[in-house]
Amino acid sequence: MRFMMIVKATQDSEAGVMPSQELVDAMMKYNEELMKAGVLLAAEGLHSSAGAIRISYPEAGGKAKIVDGPFTETKELIAGFTLIEVKSREEAIEWAKRMPDPHGFGEGVIELRQVIEPPELTPDAESQALHALMRQQAPTKQP
Amino acid sequence: MRTESTHRTIDAIWRIESAKIIAALARMVRDIGVAEDLAQDALVIALEKWPGTGIPDNPGAWLMATAKRRALDLLRRNQTLGRKYEELGRTTSDRHEEEFGAGLDGEVADDLLRLIFTTCHPVLSTEARVALTLRLLGGLTTEEIAHAYLVPEPTVAQRIVRAKKTLSAARVPFEVPEGAELRPRLASVLEVVYLMFNEGYAATGGEHWTRPVLCMEALRLGRILAEIAPQESEVHGLVALMEIQASRLATRVTSSGEPILLMDQNRTLWDQLLIRRGLAALRRAEETGSPLGPYALQASISACHARARTPEETDWVRIAALYEALAMVAPSPVVELNRAVSLSMAFGPAVGLEIVDALMAEPTLKAYHLLPSVRGDLLAKLGRKAEACEEFKRAAAMTGNARERALLLKRAEENAAAPEQDEDQR
Repeated sequence: MRFMMIVKATQDSEAGVMPSQELVDAMMKYNEELMKAGVLLAAEGLHSSAGAIRISYPEAGGKAKIVDGPFTETKELIAGFTLIEVKSREEAIEWAKRMPDPHGFGEGVIELRQVIEPPELTPDAESQALHALMRQQAPTKQP
Repeated sequence: MRTESTHRTIDAIWRIESAKIIAALARMVRDIGVAEDLAQDALVIALEKWPGTGIPDNPGAWLMATAKRRALDLLRRNQTLGRKYEELGRTTSDRHEEEFGAGLDGEVADDLLRLIFTTCHPVLSTEARVALTLRLLGGLTTEEIAHAYLVPEPTVAQRIVRAKKTLSAARVPFEVPEGAELRPRLASVLEVVYLMFNEGYAATGGEHWTRPVLCMEALRLGRILAEIAPQESEVHGLVALMEIQASRLATRVTSSGEPILLMDQNRTLWDQLLIRRGLAALRRAEETGSPLGPYALQASISACHARARTPEETDWVRIAALYEALAMVAPSPVVELNRAVSLSMAFGPAVGLEIVDALMAEPTLKAYHLLPSVRGDLLAKLGRKAEACEEFKRAAAMTGNARERALLLKRAEENAAAPEQDEDQR
């Protein structure tokens, strides 16, 4: 099963303050550990929301509204993510606990979310049901 | 409840740490069976202690230290049995002190590499190699392995016990082979990993078409190998092959469980992340500078399919050339059959049929259901329906997979029902 470890944004990450060398080193070491354990699928850090674009649909069926960043609600924003492939929810938690505190200053938050996977790849009933629903809407053959 | 959740957490920690611990202990005691027992002892202590005391901050280091302490106790006890052991105990003890400090990353990687070379040693049967590797490197329980292979648990347990005994009896050294020995031994390791993957990808018997646990385990082992043996082109080749094949796992069967052939799969459902990882692994294989081996060549073929956004975009000429290269480094009738298929796609069914007809006398393909299956397909494309129908029937009788049999019988029926035609290109 796949999990996404989402690193939440902080005031510093939003202000574009570079993390300390110590943190950068710790993160690199951590990613290397994930790689050597064969669980790492992808890891990306994101620019601050200053350069972000938000597309929203304030009216149902209406036109898209485009708003440029930065966005103010820091705690709702994300600063990066790491995608891992593990055998259990507990294994995902264990790896997330080993990630270095992404920000220090008491602001670091990592959120773990399970990725919805095709029913063939997961024994999890909930994602099976969700995927079956998505599958119904997808074409079954190439156009 | 609390105890139960702690146990599940300990399972997860075991999954992450066990291979490293067993590998480190095996270097100390020079016997992977003893090493596993000692590591298990540490796990039992953790299972007793942690629900009460809470899980320590660095559970991996705790388990490693506890296990090593037990290993030292064992070595000291053995010391009294003879001077030889005394010497071994002293050197291990010296090294032990420094290891309590910073864990040397290179050392851990080396130990893991030694471990996988030992569990995949040619002195063991293939089945034993697979079971032992899943157990010691994958951290899977006997029950999990039995479930994945659809065999009774005692069978797997016995296989593992016997494998450990065989390794001890043969005095297989705990080391990474060097010189001329390295290539064939590495081939044995890669073979085990790929067998594991294939077993999961296309189950050879029974109702289950895919058994993803085995695919995931094989992929994980491959990814680990790519990090601890990065200079080996074929390691990356195998990883690339598995990543790209795994990208199609979800599209290989219909919701009712019928297999979907590569050309009919919905490519929008292919896992683009795995494809990207596969292509990156293939680049790593090429960057080692060694000529591409069988795995890297198969991965290159798989990559041709992955790059084609529609079946029509498939570069069959390149695929046919890659099969020709593959036939040179790893000649086999199966490769030849695949070359025939790619040539027929590139230059028409008649070209392919010529090669397939030549393979009909091949004794090693006597029981290979894909030969009549391919021949049936080519005949059908040439409008020779009656012959095609016979071949599909023959193929259906030969496959052990119920789903595949149904598919082949369906094709036989389609060709039986249709009148003879000169040309019917699908």
